[in-house]
Amino acid sequence: MTTQTQTQNVSVNNFEQCLKCSICTVYCPVSAVTPLYPGPKQAGPDGERYRLKSKDFFDEKALKMCLNCKRCEVACPNDVHIGDIIQAARIKYSTHRPSLRDMMLANTDLVGTMASPFAAIANPVLKLKPMKAVLHGVMGIDKHRTFPDYSSRKFESWFKKEAAPTQDQYSKHVSYFHGCYVNYNYPQLGKDFVKVMNAVGYGVHLLEKEKCCGVALIANGMPKQARRQGEVNMQSMRKAIGQGHVVLTTSSTCTFTMRDEYAHLLGIDNHDVRGSISLATRFLHQLIEKGEIKLAFSSDYHKRVAYHSACHMERMGWVSYSTRLLKMIPGIDFVMLESQCCGISGTYGFKKENYERSQAIGDSLFQSIKEAAPDCVATDCETCKWQIEMSTGVPVENPISIIAEALDVEKTVEINK
Amino acid sequence: MEREHNNHYDVIVIGGGITGAGTARDCAMRGLKVLLVERHDYSTGATGRNHGLLHSGARYAVTDHESAVECIAENMTLRKIARHCVEETEGLFITLPEDDLNFQSTFVQKCNEAGIRAEVIDPALARVMEPAVNPELLGAVKVPDASVDPFRLTMANVLDAQLHGAEALVYHEVVDVLIEQNRVVGVKLRNNHNGEERSVYATVTINAAGIWGMLVAQMAGVKINMFPAKGSLLIFGHRVNNMVINRCRKPANADILVPDDAVCVIGTTSDRVPIETCDDMRVTAQEVELLLAEGMKLAPSLGSTRILRAYAGVRPLVASDDDPTGRSISRGIVTLDHEKRDGLAGFITITGGKMMTYRLMAEEVTNLACEKLGVAKQCTTATTPLPGSEPVAKTKKYSFAQKAAQGRHGTLDAGISSGDATSDALVCECEGVSVGEVHYAVNKLHVHNLINLRRRTRVGMGTCQGELCACRAAGVMCDGNAQRTINDLAGFMNERWKGMQPVAWGDNLAEAQLTARIYQRLLGVDRLASERRVEYYET
Repeated sequence: MTTQTQTQNVSVNNFEQCLKCSICTVYCPVSAVTPLYPGPKQAGPDGERYRLKSKDFFDEKALKMCLNCKRCEVACPNDVHIGDIIQAARIKYSTHRPSLRDMMLANTDLVGTMASPFAAIANPVLKLKPMKAVLHGVMGIDKHRTFPDYSSRKFESWFKKEAAPTQDQYSKHVSYFHGCYVNYNYPQLGKDFVKVMNAVGYGVHLLEKEKCCGVALIANGMPKQARRQGEVNMQSMRKAIGQGHVVLTTSSTCTFTMRDEYAHLLGIDNHDVRGSISLATRFLHQLIEKGEIKLAFSSDYHKRVAYHSACHMERMGWVSYSTRLLKMIPGIDFVMLESQCCGISGTYGFKKENYERSQAIGDSLFQSIKEAAPDCVATDCETCKWQIEMSTGVPVENPISIIAEALDVEKTVEINK
Repeated sequence: MEREHNNHYDVIVIGGGITGAGTARDCAMRGLKVLLVERHDYSTGATGRNHGLLHSGARYAVTDHESAVECIAENMTLRKIARHCVEETEGLFITLPEDDLNFQSTFVQKCNEAGIRAEVIDPALARVMEPAVNPELLGAVKVPDASVDPFRLTMANVLDAQLHGAEALVYHEVVDVLIEQNRVVGVKLRNNHNGEERSVYATVTINAAGIWGMLVAQMAGVKINMFPAKGSLLIFGHRVNNMVINRCRKPANADILVPDDAVCVIGTTSDRVPIETCDDMRVTAQEVELLLAEGMKLAPSLGSTRILRAYAGVRPLVASDDDPTGRSISRGIVTLDHEKRDGLAGFITITGGKMMTYRLMAEEVTNLACEKLGVAKQCTTATTPLPGSEPVAKTKKYSFAQKAAQGRHGTLDAGISSGDATSDALVCECEGVSVGEVHYAVNKLHVHNLINLRRRTRVGMGTCQGELCACRAAGVMCDGNAQRTINDLAGFMNERWKGMQPVAWGDNLAEAQLTARIYQRLLGVDRLASERRVEYYET
């Protein structure tokens, strides 16, 4: 009789759905390496009950240790958005203003815009020991870290000049959200993406206006700016979707942020856009499954590739799209690494207070990569790439770049006609 | 002979509820030699089974001026002397479309007459002040309601009584009242742990046993007309409201929603029950439905908020003394001098009243006891802070557990060891109870079993209802007697289930199933326990 009165249990981010099983804490990479972190259950749903009583129970120091890797959410059997609870609490209760360091780390596109024209100078200077000492001592950016090189030519500039004019010749079209990393640091990935899409008969177009997805802004306490940028991205994407485009990316984190964090943490209404944002590997795999496209690979391509599952790929449940796509390459000797966090978590690992923890988290991953001895590691996240390259010396590539390298373009164009 | 020695007291206080504890404190502070006896644990009766509401008195303003005046005075006193037990939430009296808005002006006028600051506010403002409130409200009045933790309050009174020389015995039940020549000279006690009996003597015996005071009086051969009134309540998984929400109408069922610590509580019902049932109250499905349906009128989100438990208490209502029919029941304080009333000297009953007027009740009965003992000392309980509420600069606490413990023990938290990995390890994750706090409670707060520990620290009172914390707490408390610990654990888990059972659906049921898996299938506690019997009264 009483059950009719209460048919559902509703709570913000499902914090009350927590059954206290503690599986999340078992899967938390931070809890595994430090007793100082209370763990996702404590910092999340447990802490939330008390924060609702009084904001005095907001423990910023503890919550800041969260990587926002969302592995807790993947592990949760009852759909509690543990990571969201923690990040939302930081947004709601933090009274700290971000430091200069955090503002610089967070503003990836502003810093990129400033650095790109001076890439020839900036890249070597940022690698100099005295410069690193200054960054470490004054800024709090760990001396072990090296910023990814800035490209002297932005991806956008290359695209407008070299690629844009030929895109209209294709019968099918997609939009591309390249993200900061492709634009300022590694345009080659964007070029590889264009190469693959064109080969299977898709024209690529940039969004009318693209802003950094804002993941670093959220992590560094600048939710307002993240919200503004998110709204711009959603506006641009709505236009693209209106023209029948799907919006593709080559970064798992940007994708995850725009699909899920926008709505959960920033309150951006993206329900009409979310389903049309996809990762390039997923899009390609789905087309292949449906028999709409085919890929042909060159016979002389041989590589031993170890795949690392980025945290946000796990959260989206999309790892298998990338791995199955890679396994289609005949010349690939594929090694699946055990899914675990590499420890960098975007800007987290750059901060000197997090460096040791960051490396401890990734340690067993680095060991298993060394043992697998691959020619390269494949992963869908650029910050994982920096971390793994720094910590293992093994080169890391996005699956799209590997596809592009192995692709027999002429044959592919032929069979997709 | 015996009487000449250690076991003669000025006063024996029967009952370890808030009234007994407060009376023991007052008597001890006036220099009397006091023995407090309780058959189970402190605050097991009505004291631990109410809303935890520090009434402003507004609820009684229209129907019972005297109670309203007492409430507001005690409200202001407890904010000062029991700072660490009180949370100054403030309260709202809301008028819903189905209520008569005209009642509001009478209400405000009567509040003012009783000295209660009642301020009519715009419904729109009320929605901002308390976002959980029913948005359809037509009117709102702000009053100085607050929430109070009765477990802490009782314990603080016991501790202070002891600091002033009182002795206190838990698990000691009065099995006979000793009478010589129309005078109560003491009581016979049974130790409920080992069954041993002994007599203790006093010049004055005070019966402060709540509804069970009726049975104590019976042992003394006097009759008190009491009417056990069952009140059921529901505990929700988290706070939906941060202010007390009441209905602005004559007091009725389920019209108060109180934020208590990390939860909120809706209540109550009111039904006459036979005295025999008072040791094992069960909440019925009809009561749950009524509480939920009425509660949703105060705060609609209760309809989709997880319910942790249902529980019930018994109000010790007393018939006016001149009325043997029992028709005129008072909720006011009743002090019975049995010497005058029944010709039985050395025996006083203090009953009626409310948890929050306990101090005033204690003052009244202590005045009478002092008069009988020829002691002329003034009451100082209204101005002396309770242990834990002393006005010292708050030390800054950092961790969740440290903050939670400070909330529970006030300045006494200094006695909790911390700073090393073992002490800081959490026993109860939902409520932030550390190993250090468990040790403190065991050593200082009369903890004999897990249920005692729960009342002192909130272990097992959170979302998981003992799933994670009970076995950890049992491990910390185990003194080498594993069988006793396992029995204790089994009893505790059964007691937790008792409160969950009436509301076992949805996530709460899933939680209970997981708990059952862990304790039965994984740990085999049900098979290892040698006693399955659970003293439900202990709940």
